[in-house]
Amino acid sequence: MTARKTERLLNLVICLLHTRRYLSVQEIRTAVPGYAADSEEAFRRMFERDKAELRDLGIPLETGTDHAAHDDELGYRIARRDYELPPVTLEADEAAALGLAARLLNSAPLASATASALLKLRAAGPDAVDAGEGLAWTALEPQIGGNEPAFEACLAGVTERQRLRFTYRTAGGESQQRDVEPWGVVWWHGRWYLVGHDTHRAASRVFRLSRIVGAVEAHGEPGEVTPPVDLDLRAHVAQLTQDASTATARIRLRTGAGWALRRAATAVHNDGSDWDVLDLPYADAEQLADQVVGFGADAVVLEPPDARDAVVRRLRAAAGELV
Amino acid sequence: MSAPLDRLPRLLALVPYLLKRPGIRVSEVAEVFEVTEAQLRQDLELLWVCGLPGHGPGDLIDLEFEGDTITLFEPAGVTQPLRLTVAEALALVVGLRTLAATPGLADRDVVDRTLAKVEAAAGAAAEAASRVAVTVESEEQFLPVVRQGLESGRRLHLTYYVPGRDETTERDVDPLRLLLVDGRTYLEAWCLLAEDVRLFRLDRVVDLALLDAPVESHPQAEPRDLSQGLFRAAPDDQLVTLALRPTAHWVADYHPCESVEDAGDGTLVARLRTSDAGWLRRLVLRLGDAARVLEPPDLAEQVQTDALAALTGYAD
Repeated sequence: MTARKTERLLNLVICLLHTRRYLSVQEIRTAVPGYAADSEEAFRRMFERDKAELRDLGIPLETGTDHAAHDDELGYRIARRDYELPPVTLEADEAAALGLAARLLNSAPLASATASALLKLRAAGPDAVDAGEGLAWTALEPQIGGNEPAFEACLAGVTERQRLRFTYRTAGGESQQRDVEPWGVVWWHGRWYLVGHDTHRAASRVFRLSRIVGAVEAHGEPGEVTPPVDLDLRAHVAQLTQDASTATARIRLRTGAGWALRRAATAVHNDGSDWDVLDLPYADAEQLADQVVGFGADAVVLEPPDARDAVVRRLRAAAGELV
Repeated sequence: MSAPLDRLPRLLALVPYLLKRPGIRVSEVAEVFEVTEAQLRQDLELLWVCGLPGHGPGDLIDLEFEGDTITLFEPAGVTQPLRLTVAEALALVVGLRTLAATPGLADRDVVDRTLAKVEAAAGAAAEAASRVAVTVESEEQFLPVVRQGLESGRRLHLTYYVPGRDETTERDVDPLRLLLVDGRTYLEAWCLLAEDVRLFRLDRVVDLALLDAPVESHPQAEPRDLSQGLFRAAPDDQLVTLALRPTAHWVADYHPCESVEDAGDGTLVARLRTSDAGWLRRLVLRLGDAARVLEPPDLAEQVQTDALAALTGYAD
């Protein structure tokens, strides 16, 4: 944006904030330097573009008329109460918490939005953020929010509530076209996920952003997507990785070994030998086998039989025996 | 580095910012707005010629330089900044909610108070924040102790589980930083046992105690550069080649590899470096028929021996 244009837009904002009544386009042309010199047609085009730019910045441009009789041409103004950020008064500990929260998300699009939000809060009052500066906890180094290329478009789809189309690579390596009503994005175990309703499959689905290939295209109307009222984003993604443990396995474990298993156990029995027996909650026999088999000869699944078989199958394969 | 706000929104924030801080130093303003002093002076010169309709002497934004300080007398009606955009409100609210959902990082009550104020100021713009969730695995039990150690500069005694050797170890450490990476919390500390900087995953801490001894300074301690990822293999780490069938392809995704080649029959050949052979042996056992060690041969043999030994536990 050129300095001349910035100057014109700033004068336009000041002018429309200052007026109580709606100003006609001609009144604006007279009042704001930078419009007068151009032809009527060039001015109209320029004014249309300027309006769009102000709205893109989130400036609430109101259109209307003061006199019901003069409804042939609409006027413009900016209502101060819609424009202004209300002052935020933070206690020192609150400002420190805000500083910490602001440092938490350093994924690119969120990080720049955080920085600009903090600037606005500082501009709203002298005490709000400055006070917490010295108190923020600097020994914390968060790396939250990766930089998956699809993130920005997915976030926009979520906030605009607009449908998204993209190519998705499945875990099996196959590429598929997906059409999704986006409900939300979730950062979980180091990855971004998109949760939404898959139109073709007519069911809710979770997509890993790093598996989206190429561009994410928004289509349909903004505001068209309505997420369920009782939406629990974390629960959707958690389902992918964890099932509620419903059964209890018995594991024989050498004394001193397998701390990672012990901490998840509900009971540890020792009969005086070099071995303990653990009661371990689990959901899936294959997952249980994954957990236990790495401990080699130090851990043996006693029950259930299907997990026992799953461990033996892995061990035979690793031993090079034909199964 | 680019300024967080584009020029017009920056000017709209700059006017109320200066209005509330008469006599502020130009250098401080430039730092806060993340622009050069030269850029800031250009901004101020532009403000100078803007103002209310009429644009007479009394209508313009009025400011004064005195030495290297600045005072704004007349804001031409721009007394408050523009409301937060949806993206800005979302970023702050999601940050605060993440903090609230991660016990041990901050006082919950303080975070809730802050959240209420920010949400009230953001108004409708904060609504979209409910559609973004960020999960950090919290280690409630030990996080407060780590914080205390960092904040008061005291040494910690650490009982730590080393999965590669499947044993717990005892050591004293001087805490340096708390890292939140990929949803996990880590303590970066000077380990007095290793006499080097080490990274400890808080979910592998068996026990942690705050000692009376103050931390010492370790000038040779270099904090890890996180821009390249948390784990970087050292050049003298062992190079291992694995054949991964489709159900084990996640390994190449999950661990940094030197190279990954498609062998054509659905098998990936991944080469990775590790300092922890124990960890790798456990991983290969777990993968069963989905993975095989191609190189080095002694590691392949070791895995086979491990598996045969473990099978004796299942001999009925």
